[in-house]
Amino acid sequence: MNQPASAYFLEERHDPTESHTLSVLVQNEPGVLARVIGLFSGRGYNIESLTVSETESQKHLSRITIVTTGTPMVIEQIKHQLDRMVPVYRVVDMTLTGRSIERELAMVKVRGGGDNRVEALRLADAFRARVIDATTESFVFEITGNSAKVSQFIDLMRPIGLVEVSRTGVAAIGRGPEGM
Amino acid sequence: MTDKSHDPNQMTGAAMIVRALIDHGVQHLFGYPGGAVLPIYDEIFQQSEVEHILVRHEQGAGHAAEGYARSTGKPGVVLVTSGPGATNMVTPLTDALMDSIPLVCITGQVPTHLIGNDAFQECDTVGITRPCTKHNWLVRDVNDLAKVLHEAFYVATTGRPGPVVVDVPKDVQFATGTYHPPRKSDVHVSYTPRVKGDATQIRKAVALLAGAKRPVIYSGGGVINSGREASKLLRELVEVTGFPITSTLMGLGAYPATGKNWLGMLGMHGTYESNMAMHDCDVMLCVGARFDDRITGRTDAFSPGSKKIHIDIDPSSINKNIHVDVPIIGDCGNVLGDLLQVFKAEAKKPDIKAWWQEIAVWRARNSLAYRKNSEVILPQYAIERLFEATRGHDTYITTEVGQHQMWAAQFFGFEEPHRWMTSGGLGTMGYGLPAALGVQVAHRDSLVIDIAGDASVQMTMQEMSTAVQFELPIKIFILNNQYMGMVRQWQQLLHGNRLSHSYSEALPDFVKLADAFGCVGLQAIKPGDLDGALKEMISIKRPVLFDCRVAALENCFPMIPSGKAHNEMLLPAEATDEATAAAFAGGKALV
Repeated sequence: MNQPASAYFLEERHDPTESHTLSVLVQNEPGVLARVIGLFSGRGYNIESLTVSETESQKHLSRITIVTTGTPMVIEQIKHQLDRMVPVYRVVDMTLTGRSIERELAMVKVRGGGDNRVEALRLADAFRARVIDATTESFVFEITGNSAKVSQFIDLMRPIGLVEVSRTGVAAIGRGPEGM
Repeated sequence: MTDKSHDPNQMTGAAMIVRALIDHGVQHLFGYPGGAVLPIYDEIFQQSEVEHILVRHEQGAGHAAEGYARSTGKPGVVLVTSGPGATNMVTPLTDALMDSIPLVCITGQVPTHLIGNDAFQECDTVGITRPCTKHNWLVRDVNDLAKVLHEAFYVATTGRPGPVVVDVPKDVQFATGTYHPPRKSDVHVSYTPRVKGDATQIRKAVALLAGAKRPVIYSGGGVINSGREASKLLRELVEVTGFPITSTLMGLGAYPATGKNWLGMLGMHGTYESNMAMHDCDVMLCVGARFDDRITGRTDAFSPGSKKIHIDIDPSSINKNIHVDVPIIGDCGNVLGDLLQVFKAEAKKPDIKAWWQEIAVWRARNSLAYRKNSEVILPQYAIERLFEATRGHDTYITTEVGQHQMWAAQFFGFEEPHRWMTSGGLGTMGYGLPAALGVQVAHRDSLVIDIAGDASVQMTMQEMSTAVQFELPIKIFILNNQYMGMVRQWQQLLHGNRLSHSYSEALPDFVKLADAFGCVGLQAIKPGDLDGALKEMISIKRPVLFDCRVAALENCFPMIPSGKAHNEMLLPAEATDEATAAAFAGGKALV
């Protein structure tokens, strides 16, 4: 077929995709997370990372941090679609502001003995990871940093005896004195 | 403790619901009783301010409420029970969401302590309706009920209107709590739809309009939703600028079909002149429409040379399908008012004579022409005669979905907004009959006609019984070609004429069916019978089912094959078998 067959096919122009981190301030009420996730699955948007927690308990506000990928037009859509939901207060594109800090925490379990134990501790020290549990044959490390650093640490632990990983997903906040 | 028994605001949840309806000026309620809403029905029984219209299936209640809302501008209100009552509402809720129709749907739910237990007639109503409502609520505490009900009305009717669901467990209906009348603090502070357009953007838009050589105005359902004032302002803008105007299916009537600047509807089955004007324009002003795929065709070839201005109340409609140059977020009426003021003060009517001459050439192609026939009734002819027969009457039209819907849009002229009720976004067969009931409830003395197809009408025809019970003299005008015409048309054009399951075998005898329901059945078979039968239909003050036998194999043209550009339209005169085959070559994946 030398010409596009359908209006729907044309939507999938292969424009370059970008990764954006969105901070979404919502009313913490039943179903609000389901609404946000349902929007992403229903409209075919990607979720790379999702972090949710109540941040202002008196006002019942929760902050959702979503890392998503898409073409610039899709990212714009996602923000508008989020913003028009009734319990959503604000949507800030942290990537677009260019002035945000992103952090992720991971707990990494490593098993092994002898030289591997020494190597694990040395790498943990280099990455400023802390030992939060230890047995004669294992460690659990806690590491905090941006996602790339966390991933790199996990990759290094793999040959040493990586057992499992639990990651929180990305939390983000803007630099400077202003809030979102 | 103080004695609360004489506090008039102390009442049961069920009583609060009826009270809230009254406080929001609701006069009519469409619904169907069941176990989980019995306390509310008990309250309805004991009052006379809200009239309840009993339908025969919950889907009918939803579409009736939509018809009511579209023809009045007021929210349509529905009351259904839990489980199947709620799931039967999913289609009308989705329909209302797609077409931005304000609906408030109250559903019963099993008692709170049974939620999650797979109780009898339990379903996760808020879960199921979350993606098909603007917002929804499950009320677990009777003291939250008043606030939620007031917020529900506010959310449904403000900003971009849409359907909302309030799910009320039966124990909450029985429990006693404190009611309060509507107040501002009932609404989420996070919900703040923008009404007024940005002044700088409006100035940019005026500058583009004033400098246009080949402008076109493309209006949509948002103008209708914004209210009568928006239609008035749109007409004034057309007058002041002298620009040509076209409209989506949803926007018909905002500008009168007899207006001198009217190009006809645009899009897949729109007129040649409107689609060509859209394609070749240099400035496009889109008011309250959303660049839907039925409108744009091939998005990468959509109006390639134009600067586009887009007025819409919903920011998520901007740049969704088509990139626009000047977005203006706000209510159509409000923005049009401001825009007109700036235009009148700072610009003058541009000279676009040459553009009108180009349009005249396209118009001369007469894209809606069809071959006359004295033996069989052609569907286009039937709509033309129906339009003639209704002249001078206070007429409202609803439709089902398919070929008859497109012919109605093409051949019935609408002079006013709120007169045309059709399922545009979702394309719901079975919409028109119950919608007509809703319209008739709101306009008892008007002529309400459902232009139907033989297949669509069978989806909700049980509502004829509702029409009889409530003495709603709707006219169901069936263009009976014994096919699912639009399905058959696509099979002919795209699937090698293999008419897989699009032929309606064993159609009911519609005249006898009408009789069985207690309606009046009429039939026309020959073109010569049509005018007399139409006159009779209009004169009868009871529900009428009109079986209009039309040419079985007529197709709906002009047509932009989907995925093609506006200037690749197929006109009826050119729709030979070869041309059709060429136009649709390789296009089986179309939708």
